[in-house]
Order: sequence, then C-alpha cells, then structure tokens
Amino acid sequence: MLYSEKVMDHFQHPRNVGKMEDADGVGEVGNAKCGDIMKMYIKVDDKDVITDVKFNTFGCGSAIASSSMATEMIKGKPITEAIKLSNQAVVEALDGLPAHKLHCSVLAEEAVKAAVDDYYTKKGVKPKVQE
Amino acid sequence: MYVYADNAATTKMSETAMKTMIDCMENYYGNPSSLHSVGQEAATKLVEAREIMARYLHANPSEIYFTAGGSEADNQAILSAAAAGERKGKKHIISTTFEHHAVLHTLQKLEKQGFEVTYLDVHRNGLITAKEVADAVREDTALITIMYANNEIGTIQPIAEIGALCREKKIPFHTDAVQAAGHIPIDVEADQIDMLSLSAHKFHGPKGVGVLYARKGMQLVNVIEGGAQERGKRAGTENLPAIVGMAAAFRESCENMEKNKEKITALREQLINGLEKIPYSVLNGDRTHRLPGTVNFIFEGIEGESLLLLLDDKGIAASSGSACTSGSLDPSHVLLSLGIPHEVAHGSLRLSVGEYNTPEEMEHIVNSVPGIVEYLRNMSPVWEELKKGERKHFLQK
Repeated sequence: MLYSEKVMDHFQHPRNVGKMEDADGVGEVGNAKCGDIMKMYIKVDDKDVITDVKFNTFGCGSAIASSSMATEMIKGKPITEAIKLSNQAVVEALDGLPAHKLHCSVLAEEAVKAAVDDYYTKKGVKPKVQE
Repeated sequence: MYVYADNAATTKMSETAMKTMIDCMENYYGNPSSLHSVGQEAATKLVEAREIMARYLHANPSEIYFTAGGSEADNQAILSAAAAGERKGKKHIISTTFEHHAVLHTLQKLEKQGFEVTYLDVHRNGLITAKEVADAVREDTALITIMYANNEIGTIQPIAEIGALCREKKIPFHTDAVQAAGHIPIDVEADQIDMLSLSAHKFHGPKGVGVLYARKGMQLVNVIEGGAQERGKRAGTENLPAIVGMAAAFRESCENMEKNKEKITALREQLINGLEKIPYSVLNGDRTHRLPGTVNFIFEGIEGESLLLLLDDKGIAASSGSACTSGSLDPSHVLLSLGIPHEVAHGSLRLSVGEYNTPEEMEHIVNSVPGIVEYLRNMSPVWEELKKGERKHFLQK
C-alpha cells in the first residue's frame, strides 16, 4: 500500500471537513496548478484557545489526510501552541507519508499558520507567525 | 463487485496464453540456440511464434524482432533510424508532444546528441493531421515517429495517411502501436509502416515481452549487445515462454477482434453516456476516432488521486493523469498537450475496459463516480471558487 492505515483512515473519514461562516481566522495555502489547495478556518475564544476548526482541501489522498490530522491536532489547543505545529508532527501522527507526498504535510502546517496569521491580523495584533 | 477498468495499464492474461506458456515451460525448456533436439524443438516454437506475430501484422516473419516490451522496441526503432539518418547527415526527427515517455525520453536523449526534434502540437480532440506532419518535413528529416493510439485518451491517429506521406518522401516511419495492437486492425503493408512497437501485456499476453517490427532493409542498431539471437539485433536467450504466450494472446485477440470491438465499444459508450451527465465534466479526445475501450474524463474542481482512492474503495480499479499519481509535480503531459490547464488536468480519470468486462460493471462505475465527484467537490476550495464565480470555469455546463 502507498499509504499507512492512519492516512487512509483520515482520507476516508476526514475530521472537521467543511466551511465556517463566522471564522475568526481563515488561511488558504497551495496552488491549484500544483494540485493542492488547503483552506483552514479557526474559531478562537477570548482566552486564545482554538475551539473549532474546519478545512476544505483540493488535493490528493495525503493532502486531505494531512489537513484532517492537522485540524485534530490543533482543536482545543491555545493558539500559541497551534502555531508550533510542525509538518514533521503531522507526518508522525499519520504514521508516515511517502517521500513525494511530504509537501502535503508542509501545506497543512502552512495552512494552520496562515489561519492564525489571519486571526491576529483581524484582531489587530502584530502577526508573530511568519517569521 | 470488483471492476478492473485499467486495461490500458495492463490486462489480465488470457487462459489460452497461460496454457501455452505452461506447456512451453514444461515441454519446450531448451535453448533455441542449442543444436540438440531439445533446443531445436524450442527453436521450432520460436519460429511458430514469429510467424503468428507476422501474420496478424501483415509482415514477414524475418521482420519481427522479439524484445522485452514496448519501451525497448521504441528505443531501438528510434535509435536505429537516428543512426541511419546521421550517417547521411540527416539529424531531424518529427514526433508529437503526447507520445509515450519511451519515445519522448529517447528523443530527448537524441536532442542532447545534436538531433533536432519537431514535436507537433496535438489538437484539443487528441488528433494530429497528416498535413501537419507534411508541413514539418525537412530535407534532413531522418525519422517520423507518431503513436498509433494514445495511451491516456485513446485517440487513433491517421496512421495510413502519415505512412503514405512518409513513403512518398522516403522518410522512415515508426509508430508506437502499444495501445492499438490486438485491439484494432493493423496492417503494416497497407499502412506503409516501416517500424512498429507493440507489447504483449496490453492484449492479455504476459508482461516483459514485445515486438519490434522493422521492414526489410531497415538497419537496426543493438540496444543489447551479446549473442546472435534475433538475427544479431537483440542479444540474450529468448524468453520463449513469454514469446509463445504473446503469440497465443495476439492470435486470440486478432481472431476475435471484430466481436470484441463491438462488445467493448458498447461498454465504452455506456461509460461515456453515463459520465458525461456529471456537471462540468468532459470526455477528452475525439468521440469516434478512439480505441474501443479507452475513456478519459476530466472533472473540474477535484484532484484525480483522491478520486482513484475512493473508486478503489468501491472496488473500481482505474487510473488518472493527475500529478499525484505519477510522483511528479506536473499532471499528465498528454492532457497538457491538448491545451487543458494544469489545475483542470489534475482532475482526470482514465477508465479502460476490455472484453472481460460486463455492462453490469459499467453500471457500477456510472453509479459510483458522480457521488464521489460530488463528495470531493464539496470539500474542494477550488470548486467553491468556481461556484462563486471567483475562478473561471474551463468547461461548459
């Protein structure tokens, strides 16, 4: 098999799929030309904790699984922790990705950061994500 | 229900071919080059197989060279014509942008050695015209190599017209007939083909064996050096079980071609009629000038690999020209050559059916694809943008 059972599980039963109309932060990364776009929505409470996450992804199995896993990993976490999510952590949580699919996990990390970035921008706080 | 709809990738072996191979392995294990009777009995089998391949291609047995498959045959044909051309100071080759990589990569190798290649653009319908080939001909054209039928979209090129043109201009003509052989009639005499490649596993024969047909008088260069097998043009002890298996499968395919063609075309039409109802989808390649069993669709707003994985879940084996399925970042060069933009080409699906498939299986595919496409579109930000008009549709309806 190309993918681990974890990847297949998250691909076949993706967690937190959908849009969020009243999101506090929205991040979109990737490029349709390259075959992957991830859009991530976060809802943040007044204690800067991510209370809800949703995603929409155009891409292959590992892109969908990476997005799904990333949403699970940041849901319920303080924003300060969410921005530390690394692509390696996503890969490990998925029990690995094939070498040519690693960029999908990078996109997942970037999508989270972009959503947090947007949240800070909307709040008027200087973004501390993309450094 | 399990549906194998990836016959353009490879086919299930025919029972006739398998039985022939087992018989060969049990009873004709000698080396055809050996002088003793065990070897000579094997040599007889080799002669028979060569005669069968020649008969159904309308060639002479002495023009059949057994290879380890279509890629090797493509390599040898092109390198041979290039070498012959170079000796006469001719270093120009004409081909198309949507050839198989066995052809394209060999041409690219020759370009590094100083050859110039004209790659003809393919129209949106997946066809080129003989006129376009004629217009590209130069004084120093050493070879014209154009595929008989395309592997991804199944369109059939005007081979006889191109053959006539090449003969008139005295330019060697090679065609990669890997997808066509065993599925549509091929007559190297009538089509005026000088060299042709085919591969057994595309018509229910074994893998790892093929044929290079080279018209008498074509000078071949060796890709593999060594012994005197294949009249000195392809060294190595013959893979006799595979060769006789190929011949058995080819004979069976050609003998049943008309009957199969009718059945397979009906299956293909069932697929096309069912799938074209999906909004913002299109059949790639000309509707009629196509192989009986090959269907290629694109669906806007989704990516092919996830479509394949979900189809596999429903027991449907298909393929896609999406980048993610190939391990590269670019989608299929074939779809791009038709003028389909990158982002749309990612959403392709190839279904290739054969005589072992049934109408019930086609119904299962037609019933399964729309729901999967809709599911993937619902989670696709690209589809969202298309719906909102933030991104322009490439396809109608």
